[in-house]
Amino acid sequence: MSGADFVPFSLVPLLIGCLAAVACALPGNFLILRRQALIGDAISHVVLPGIVMAFLVTGTIAAIPMLIGAAAAALIAVAAIEGIRRFGRIEPGAAMGVVFTSMFAAGVLILELSDTSGVHLDVEHALYGNLESLIWLDATGWASLTDPVALAGLPPELGRIAVVALLIVALLALFWRPLAISTFDEGFAATLGLPVGAIGLGLVIVSAIAAVAAFDAVGSIIVIAMFICPPAAARLVTDRLVHQVLWSVAFALISAVLGYVLAGYGPLWLGFGNSVSAAGMIATVSGVILALTAIAGPKRRRI
Amino acid sequence: MTLAPSTPHLTLAQDTATEAARAASPFAIRGMTVSYGQKPAVFSIDATIRAGKMTAIVGPNGAGKSTLLKAALGIVTPLSGQVTMYGQPLKAMLPRIAYVPQRASVDWDFPVRVIDVVTMGLYRHLGLIGRLTGAHRARALACLDRVGMADFAERQIGQLSGGQQQRVFLARALAQGADLYLLDEPFAGVDAATEKAIIGVLKSLRDEGKTVVAVHHDLSTVPDYFDDVLLLNVRKVAEGPVADVFTETALAEAYGGRLQAARPDAVPVTG
Repeated sequence: MSGADFVPFSLVPLLIGCLAAVACALPGNFLILRRQALIGDAISHVVLPGIVMAFLVTGTIAAIPMLIGAAAAALIAVAAIEGIRRFGRIEPGAAMGVVFTSMFAAGVLILELSDTSGVHLDVEHALYGNLESLIWLDATGWASLTDPVALAGLPPELGRIAVVALLIVALLALFWRPLAISTFDEGFAATLGLPVGAIGLGLVIVSAIAAVAAFDAVGSIIVIAMFICPPAAARLVTDRLVHQVLWSVAFALISAVLGYVLAGYGPLWLGFGNSVSAAGMIATVSGVILALTAIAGPKRRRI
Repeated sequence: MTLAPSTPHLTLAQDTATEAARAASPFAIRGMTVSYGQKPAVFSIDATIRAGKMTAIVGPNGAGKSTLLKAALGIVTPLSGQVTMYGQPLKAMLPRIAYVPQRASVDWDFPVRVIDVVTMGLYRHLGLIGRLTGAHRARALACLDRVGMADFAERQIGQLSGGQQQRVFLARALAQGADLYLLDEPFAGVDAATEKAIIGVLKSLRDEGKTVVAVHHDLSTVPDYFDDVLLLNVRKVAEGPVADVFTETALAEAYGGRLQAARPDAVPVTG
């Protein structure tokens, strides 16, 4: 494939896919180790009504209103779960499942009723992302990477996810020790003077930021695979936390690249006429990687 | 001089003595009440741990032993109560305290090696981004050696036996270089060799002038292992040197009908 095809049509989606996968996999490592993988699921569901409401209020899909909307939706979800648990005498797991699904469904309904024709926001997008449409029309080939005029036409989604991915890498590097210690042994971490509550909350907030930023790439449902699959597969390959996080990044990148390529060209190779959803294929590839490590990973344990 | 019905001077003198003992104590608890939901888990406990001694916190299941430690350290929030170390609020003195949680409270499948767990005890020296040097590693290895685990430094913690895991936790506490050691059930579910190794280390800490407080459930070993005992059953039942307060009467009060099952090797009541 020549640069004239690749750069405008595939480079940006591939980069966004990779950055989104890494941004989600990094906090995903700690969510899994804290046995809070469900929080990733919860965030991915609750983010949708937040983003839709933010769009209705502001009329744009800018990053900050989307984050505020997602945060507001998360607060409403927490209050609703607590209310159902207290007054409905329903166990917390069921209360969470009901609230997340209902809020997600409400988000879909509001989205269907709203006029979002002017922006990249519709039900299909919310379900499985928009990766293929994030093309760079100003590019004509590899030379465009050094052309300021063409660079100005890059989809804003790329800058957004790049900033978020960098932010998450920086936060992880800076707070690695407190995060690792409090994830392993929260009581002990508290006696070291570490703010364990703030660390746990920070992890959830960072995960929510990753989910919102990844919304463009993979929608708000398939993102759960990005949080869970690469770290879970990485855990089966190594017994050291640093290595696990590095492996999870590798698996995230493999899933994003392989998923994008297979979605675009796989069906054609098999004789089908159309491409399939890139986000769906990325999630499928990450699931296959997890299955392979579960079968053959050196550190898997049979229970 | 005749004894008046009420003796305000004497009470005042007693109060002053109590205050002085508290100020000299590395771990003084006053009016500690903790509740999970409706029922208090710990109710209005005062305790003044003596410096340079080994103290056992003893009581039946659900007596609030672990909760008392966690509340004192701020891991759970008490309804009321103050805790001081040498007269200073415990929060301000945390750098001089090492806490060993119950072994079962963490996930031993966590992807870390033994040496990584011990270097967690060096966090106050390393800080957020301080580099882990050869000297730090040597210190961690020396602590592992002290509990007889130096050969296991590179193992993943899930590969260890329960007793070995408990020794790694103790090594992490040693790495902190504290003056006060608070241990939650350090002998729970460990083999005899580990129990001997741990008590040896704790006694050597005491002999260096450190203070050791351990939640303990094996009544038969209390007189051998400990100097002092704090006997609880939600409320405080007794507190003081083992020879004075570890009596059948006090145990019966703490354990109630469960005393026979506990089979204590208690000091008989005399006088």
